Amino acid sequence: MKFDQPATLNPIDRARVVGKPVDRIDGPLKVAGAAPYAYERHDVAPNPAYGWMIGSAIAKGTINSIDTTEAEAAPGVLAVLTHANAGALGKGNMNTARLLGGPDIQHYDQAVALVVAETFEQARDAAKLVRVDYTQGQGKFDLLVGVKTAQPPKSVQGSPADTSVGDFDGAFKSAAVKVDQTYTTPDQSHAMMEPHATTAAWAGDKLTVWTSNQMVTWAVKEMAKTLKIAPENVQVVSPYIGGGFGSKLFLRADALLAALGARAVGRPVKVALARPQIPNNTTHRPATIQRLRIGATKDGVIQAIGHDVWAGDLPGGDVESAGLQTRLLYAGKNRKTTHRLAELDLPEGNAMRAPGEAVGLLALEVAMDELAEACGVDPVELRIKNDIQYDPEAGPKRPFSSRKLIECLQQGAERFGWSKRNPKPGQVREGDFLIGMGVAAAFRNNMAMPSGARVAIDGKGRITVSTDMTDIGTGTYTIIAQTAAELLGVNVSDVTVKLGDSSFPASAGSGGQWGANSSTAGVYATCMTLRGMLAQKAGFNAEDALFEDGMIKAAGKAIPLRDAVGREGISVDDKIEFGDLTERYAQATFGAHFCEVAVDRFTGEVHVRRMGGAFAAGRILNPKTARSQVIGAMTMGVGAALMEELVVDKRFGYFVNHDMAEYHVPVHADIPEQDVLFLDELDDKSSPMKAKGVGELGICGAGAAVANAIYNATGVRLRDYPMTLDKVIGGLAKA
Amino acid sequence: MTMTPTTLKVNGKDVRMTLDPRTTLLDALREHLHLTGTKKGCDHGQCGACTVIVEGRRINSCLTLALMHDGDEIATIEGLGSADKMHPMQQAFVTHDGYQCGYCTPGQICSAVAVLEEIEAGIPSHVTEDLNKVAYSDAEVRERMSGNICRCAAYPNIIAAIRDVAEGDKA
Amino acid sequence: MKAFTYERAASPAKAAEAAVANPGAKFIAGGTNLLDLMKLQIETPTHLIDVNRLGLDEIAATRDGGLRIGALVRNTDLAAHKAVRRDYGVLSRALLSGASGQLRNKATTAGNLLQRTRCPYFYDTTKPCNKRKPGTGCAALNGFNRNMAIMGTSADCIATHPSDMAVAMRLLDATVETITSDGTKRAIPMADFHRLPGNTPDIETALAPGEFITSVVLPKPLGGTHIYRKVRDRTSYAFAVLSVAAVFDKQGETRFAFGGLAHKPWRVEAADALGSRGAAAVAEAALAGAKTTEQNAFKIDLTQRTLAAVFAQKEA
Ligand SMILES: Cc1cc2nc3c(=O)[nH]c(=O)nc-3n(C[C@H](O)[C@H](O)[C@H](O)COP(=O)(O)OP(=O)(O)OC[C@H]3O[C@@H](n4cnc5c(N)ncnc54)[C@H](O)[C@@H]3O)c2cc1C
Ligand code: SF4
Ligand code: FES
Ligand code: FES
Repeated sequence: MKFDQPATLNPIDRARVVGKPVDRIDGPLKVAGAAPYAYERHDVAPNPAYGWMIGSAIAKGTINSIDTTEAEAAPGVLAVLTHANAGALGKGNMNTARLLGGPDIQHYDQAVALVVAETFEQARDAAKLVRVDYTQGQGKFDLLVGVKTAQPPKSVQGSPADTSVGDFDGAFKSAAVKVDQTYTTPDQSHAMMEPHATTAAWAGDKLTVWTSNQMVTWAVKEMAKTLKIAPENVQVVSPYIGGGFGSKLFLRADALLAALGARAVGRPVKVALARPQIPNNTTHRPATIQRLRIGATKDGVIQAIGHDVWAGDLPGGDVESAGLQTRLLYAGKNRKTTHRLAELDLPEGNAMRAPGEAVGLLALEVAMDELAEACGVDPVELRIKNDIQYDPEAGPKRPFSSRKLIECLQQGAERFGWSKRNPKPGQVREGDFLIGMGVAAAFRNNMAMPSGARVAIDGKGRITVSTDMTDIGTGTYTIIAQTAAELLGVNVSDVTVKLGDSSFPASAGSGGQWGANSSTAGVYATCMTLRGMLAQKAGFNAEDALFEDGMIKAAGKAIPLRDAVGREGISVDDKIEFGDLTERYAQATFGAHFCEVAVDRFTGEVHVRRMGGAFAAGRILNPKTARSQVIGAMTMGVGAALMEELVVDKRFGYFVNHDMAEYHVPVHADIPEQDVLFLDELDDKSSPMKAKGVGELGICGAGAAVANAIYNATGVRLRDYPMTLDKVIGGLAKA
Repeated sequence: MTMTPTTLKVNGKDVRMTLDPRTTLLDALREHLHLTGTKKGCDHGQCGACTVIVEGRRINSCLTLALMHDGDEIATIEGLGSADKMHPMQQAFVTHDGYQCGYCTPGQICSAVAVLEEIEAGIPSHVTEDLNKVAYSDAEVRERMSGNICRCAAYPNIIAAIRDVAEGDKA
Repeated sequence: MKAFTYERAASPAKAAEAAVANPGAKFIAGGTNLLDLMKLQIETPTHLIDVNRLGLDEIAATRDGGLRIGALVRNTDLAAHKAVRRDYGVLSRALLSGASGQLRNKATTAGNLLQRTRCPYFYDTTKPCNKRKPGTGCAALNGFNRNMAIMGTSADCIATHPSDMAVAMRLLDATVETITSDGTKRAIPMADFHRLPGNTPDIETALAPGEFITSVVLPKPLGGTHIYRKVRDRTSYAFAVLSVAAVFDKQGETRFAFGGLAHKPWRVEAADALGSRGAAAVAEAALAGAKTTEQNAFKIDLTQRTLAAVFAQKEA
């Protein structure tokens, strides 16, 4: 099915199953510990050997030699693989650095060897016996230095690096009220709970990898390209993924090394990255420096808005697209955005939950708070004032498909009790705590990707949907079952969903918040084809047929689905493809975050006391799982605001705090009740599901709401994330 | 290195193994007994995914050697219940969507079960105002569950699930 | 983790004997620090002496009204013990602010005292570190040192001691009791137990090789108000950026000890005497001779602020 015209009333609108807070169908397996993750495939790959990755001890330079003799002689060791004996390898299109380094080294902890042994303990021990002799090169590790020679990248997520409308400089100069501030965000780590892990096995020239990967179709291609084998010979299986957040979008070293190891020793090999290796070996969200300039009238109407972004990455890498939302979020006739990319030799930067917006809004939404104060306008009101219903760069000819930012702000403010906020900072005290409230807008672009599915009904009427789509905690299993149940008129319990296997039809995969809408649209397309076939079999006109209660009904007749299918069953493959509606319409999801913090007036420790948000993201397919996605993302926003930072050691060129004791993410005690309101919204231009994504929207702006609340509580305006207590006390009055 | 015979009482059953002394309790469960419900998130005591209940107490199974537990009673997630026959805490996690990716979940559930017992036993926590008066509260549970990181951050839902079970226990 | 041989000690004296007989030996108690480091080959014992089933898990009253805490008492049990809760609140509080419930269930009194620094360079074997590998240099000195010590540092090491419990023990003037392989017993005051780094940061305590901790003794209760205030980068499950242990006794005497400032729990007797003069005076005395870096200079202000918080809490 090609989706190139806005959707009209369709069978999803019956919303009998879709849109209901159905419990996750994969839930019982997960809570029982029975869902098999990549390193746990004793069922399909018995008796594996264990691989241990060795990472480079230097950030830049060359390997002179690798002495593996001692390791090879160690008990249980089956093979030691390095660039010297792994055979010729390609590089995946989506990898910036090679997954197996050597002789030249591109970043710290880039894989340089794999030790394969009979047991985990033996492999880990023998890894320390591999002697790598390096010549250290001169690396560039300091973004502040890098910005001096930073260049415009070829493109920023497919759009130009710079945009400009009207006369930004002139309008900013003459604006009555100006904000001109620079904000910084640090490198951040996805820190998903399941380490990157893969079990690999070869049968002849056919490779199967059971891995933890968000994008199965990509993984097949990239593995084939890297190993220089045919994609037909690669099967990727990824049914359960212990969190990704972007870190598992790509083929990574665990998968490649497991495949190489298994080939070398002729039996299954499994490799999991050790936690302390993950931040430097894999990807991370790059640090940014962002300058925001907003000029407005005295009462807060934006006249000029400019956002300049600097970020770094390895040569050949991409810039963090932190300016993109500023092209779309607020009105203003004169506008400008720029992106500059500095070459750095730090580990590879790449997508982490809401790349671009997540950090772009940390800057933009604090700048808006500063503008609100400068104009004496309530920050909620300021955002409402500068709402715009079309793409402000393209003009009225490109309207938003739907945009309920104002409603989100208003309803969110109402629920949160925003009117109780004292606009003057540093005024509210409870005991030894300074109390403050903050708001920020949420914005995340909506993308749609082609997505396929197979829908089969067996002779007993049981429905099975299979697609290589993944569930990374997003609730995919459940919303796909709901979609199929809705369209075929059955209960969720009548549907089995099989995911994450490249032998199933190719899907959109889980990334960029497009997964839920695109993959269910693919199931929709396939079910619609199937409905046509079944109606025909039953002798009905497809248009008239109603699928409900396990029956196909038309013309006063009702035929059980099972009978229409017949004893031999039926199976259909189809897919959704998208036309140019995302070009004709600006498509995005919106929301408003509210946060109340209590800042210890002595120590500067910040505690989030309440969080609430209102979100408009098209049809909410399952409010229970959608809410979980949003609160999880809000919490990641709290992490970004208060504690998350990969600290760069600019001498050695690596992230120093590379484990979970030193890279802090929020724990239970950091997170209070979180209130989430989803606005009623159907977006007929997004897909036949009329849905959009929510998985990333929740992080967008959340951290800025925290930052603004800190300011409201204390009067301390911080512009460098994370806002740790040392920075807070730097601005507090003497205790 | 001498392989060492070790007997663990796992979920009520005696299991004999001969182990490399370096084998952690976590790897003994996952790699030797194929009880993969207990997860490895960090292998360094930094996340809580490997939480199991040993001799009635929750611990991180990644930071202890299997042979140090010769003869000990080990309860894992598989011992609490199964997908078909869930423990009330497992059911409450499903009802309240106390997870997303599911990877931290068995650890959260084992911890949650033990936390309620710790409160019952009067063991104080960092947030207990009067060290001699220990009572259930959401704040108590948040503090006590803080050794179980959930990057998906199902935190409020986990608290709701535990609250449900705690209230059920009282009723 | 390097291969090792393993034995279960039969008695404290036997444990000490075994340790001397095997020069590469280490005792293993809870294992929560030792195994962490062994996995990274920062610790590489060739022989492990499991001391978990030795008993030594009792807390008993001493004749002069104090408490004798067995070396193997778990942190959870120590914090929850009735007499500790009642008479040594600062110790309960310090313990409960540390690590996580799971870790406290395993961690032992002796193991907690002997846990090693969390300096990230100490933890990364590709980096220079005098503590891990004497003579290689100190990567923290000119590196990431926001969390490092400002008191009693040396040019060779600026690491902190990470224990919360030890800060309270220092405040309470606890004594560490040990036994050596020849059966000699001695009692080491907490003040002398941990060392400053000097030019041998690898030597962290007053223990002789093989010396085994049997118990820690608390003198008779001080009474008064006990406070442990831990400041950290997240609300729970994080090491202290800084901590203050304080006792305000009924006679108006005060004492203060600090975590996160030094290579050992930090206490300055001169500062103890200044309780009546308030936070600033105590801070000034406690921090005399502080040596900060650009990144950790905030600890000066933070110490005073945290003391102010402690004084405020005392008033409340
Ligand atoms: C993620 C994480 C967070 C943590 N957070 C905190 C925190 O916030 N605050 C805090 O204070 N601690 C914290 N800890 C540290 C924890 O408290 C220690 O790991 C624990 O106390 C060590 O005790 P153990 O019994 O497990 O020691 P072990 O690991 O068994 O031993 C440690 C050392 O002591 C020696 N030893 C043990 N017993 C004896 C004895 N009887 N005689 C002589 N030597 C002996 C061992 O040989 C070893 O060298 C944390 C740990 C982790 C992993
Ligand atoms: S501060 Fe001490 S522990 Fe840290 S690198 Fe320097 S010598 Fe090593
Ligand atoms: S795996 Fe044990 S605490 Fe993370
Ligand atoms: S459910 Fe994913 S980490 Fe908790």
